[in-house]
Amino acid sequence: MTNLQELSISTEAAENVRRIISQYPADKKKSALLPVLHIVQNETEGWLTINTMDNVAKLLEITPIEVYEVATFYSMYHIEPVGKHVIEVCQTGPCMICGSEKLVHYLEKKLGILVGQTTPDGMFTLKTVECLGACGYAPMFQIGETYYENLTEEKVDQILDSLLSATSSNI
Amino acid sequence: MARKLLLELADIPQIQNIDTYISHGGYRSLEKALKKMTPDEITEEVKKSGLRGRGGAGFSTGLKWSFLDKSTDKPRYLLCNADESEPGTFKDRYLMEKLPHLLIEGMILSSYALGSNTSYIYIRGEYMFVLRKLEKAIQEAYSKGFLGKNILNSGFDLDLYVHPGAGAYICGEETALIESLEGKRGNPRIKPPFPAVSGLWGCPTIVNNVESIAAVVPIINDGGDEYAKIGLGKSTGTKLISASGNIQKPGVYEIDMGITVEEFIYSDEYCGGMKDGLELKACVPGGSSVPILPRHLLFRESNGDSRRMTYESLSEGGFTSGSMLGSGGFIVYDEKQCIVRNTWNFARFYHHESCGQCSPCREGTGWMERILHNIENGRGTEDDIQLLWQVQKNIEGNTICPLGDAAAWPVAAAIRHFRHEFEYHVKYPERVFDADHTYQPEIQQTYSLTT
Ligand SMILES: Cc1cc2nc3c(=O)[nH]c(=O)nc-3n(C[C@H](O)[C@H](O)[C@H](O)COP(=O)(O)O)c2cc1C
Ligand code: SF4
Ligand code: FES
Repeated sequence: MTNLQELSISTEAAENVRRIISQYPADKKKSALLPVLHIVQNETEGWLTINTMDNVAKLLEITPIEVYEVATFYSMYHIEPVGKHVIEVCQTGPCMICGSEKLVHYLEKKLGILVGQTTPDGMFTLKTVECLGACGYAPMFQIGETYYENLTEEKVDQILDSLLSATSSNI
Repeated sequence: MARKLLLELADIPQIQNIDTYISHGGYRSLEKALKKMTPDEITEEVKKSGLRGRGGAGFSTGLKWSFLDKSTDKPRYLLCNADESEPGTFKDRYLMEKLPHLLIEGMILSSYALGSNTSYIYIRGEYMFVLRKLEKAIQEAYSKGFLGKNILNSGFDLDLYVHPGAGAYICGEETALIESLEGKRGNPRIKPPFPAVSGLWGCPTIVNNVESIAAVVPIINDGGDEYAKIGLGKSTGTKLISASGNIQKPGVYEIDMGITVEEFIYSDEYCGGMKDGLELKACVPGGSSVPILPRHLLFRESNGDSRRMTYESLSEGGFTSGSMLGSGGFIVYDEKQCIVRNTWNFARFYHHESCGQCSPCREGTGWMERILHNIENGRGTEDDIQLLWQVQKNIEGNTICPLGDAAAWPVAAAIRHFRHEFEYHVKYPERVFDADHTYQPEIQQTYSLTT
């Protein structure tokens, strides 16, 4: 799979892509599209460029439009730059009646941005999303693969602080 | 203390490890099923158990399996529906996180019954942390010889994979799920053909919910007849209920079907009653798609009997005075909650999640969202309430998949049972809007004073 190199992803990710493609019949490579886009997006600063999507198309032997229409249909793919950490607050009914609106306002104030925006330092993007399957542990948000549940303002402060300090110690 | 068929082992430390799971009796069903029973005998047990699909529709699992087209030489597929995106529902996640091996064991039994040699678990993309646990558990099952070639020398082969979605409620609908697994947008297909005849890659396919598949394990271990002894009437067995909202103890509970709604809400074994000493105002008993019920209809059937946690009892009275068990997403509202705001929130959800293929759903959900937004924010008129009623009616029954109905029913039920709140919003626009978008508790009271 020479096309894998064009994706310029880590060897581990490339290994994962190979494994995933093998999970579907050889003539049904397109089925690997969703999982492959997840892996690639993780490796490319959290969003998909046209170039990346074209390379995925080549890899799976499908046309670019088949990738674009999927990338735009599903809410987890980003086709524009996002912050290092995307905070996805659940805003659906059960969370709403347990305080998700307050949580959103608190985050907006704390980060100095509105929903849909990214902080100027590129650290945080604030998003609202629909029910994440954590309704009994509301209010909650997801950052990356992690769920943060039963949130209070203090907990939010701690979470954001620890994400910030983890990043600064990496530099 | 209710018996637990699914969650019995849930709180045992390290139960996610295969050795712990086996030492507590896990995977013992395989010897019996794969070596001593034919696939048809398994389907027969599932039929006897009376198990009904736990994904929402409540269709007999055994009957569905018997529709699988076995006359072609095409491969057959079993897909597990772990998309779980219906607002209020988080039971499948709980089951998979706590007991990944229970689902895998159920997948092996069910795949054997259906003759599927490659099966997939389609899990919503946001549950990536659950997917990783499942993949680890699947690796363990391969290493024990429970997956792969010639499982336990039975001659049966099975490969099992987990496939992530990427954020789209509609992919929980079974044909949209299949499209999504084929690497496409999640647009539901027109039926017929049904998946049992032409599903994944055009092959005969069965789609079942996580909880339905897990329930096959106790059914095989104890026999379908034993399973059918639990429950009430045609609602056999136990059911996972995910409880959320303004209650003391939100969470996932396994109940014997047939306990009363009142017991479920107020007993300490389950929800533990209402939070903050407030009164219960309303409840959505089966996920956001089912009709909301006000307190006075929630606890009693129309003949005065206690309403029970079963498919039949929750739907007693039809849409005039009943609701549905649905996915078991049980959402409880206290007296401070604004029904209009909640209805708007759900309408926005369905508008956002409509795949856009059929105009009644694509346009209708948008109309409902906008009208409700206006009413909620004090900009609605009496005519808007009428228009809203008309729009929901025009969606229902006129779409390719049931998402249209799922969007229409909650709106219809809210108007049916809480029309006074809509009218109050229209009458007193200045009172229903405050800077924080929170509900003013005096709304209900003031209204009743003025009527
Ligand atoms: C819009 C929509 C969303 C659905 N979401 C789910 C879901 O998340 N999980 C699920 O098991 N079934 C869901 N269903 C029901 C499935 O189409 C299907 O009936 C079910 O997976 C069958 O499994 P069961 O017979 O075991 O219940 C959904 C249906 C619709 C119309
Ligand atoms: S009813 Fe809605 S979600 Fe279902 S196919 Fe039509 S447009 Fe798509
Ligand atoms: S409503 Fe927020 S997680 Fe379900």
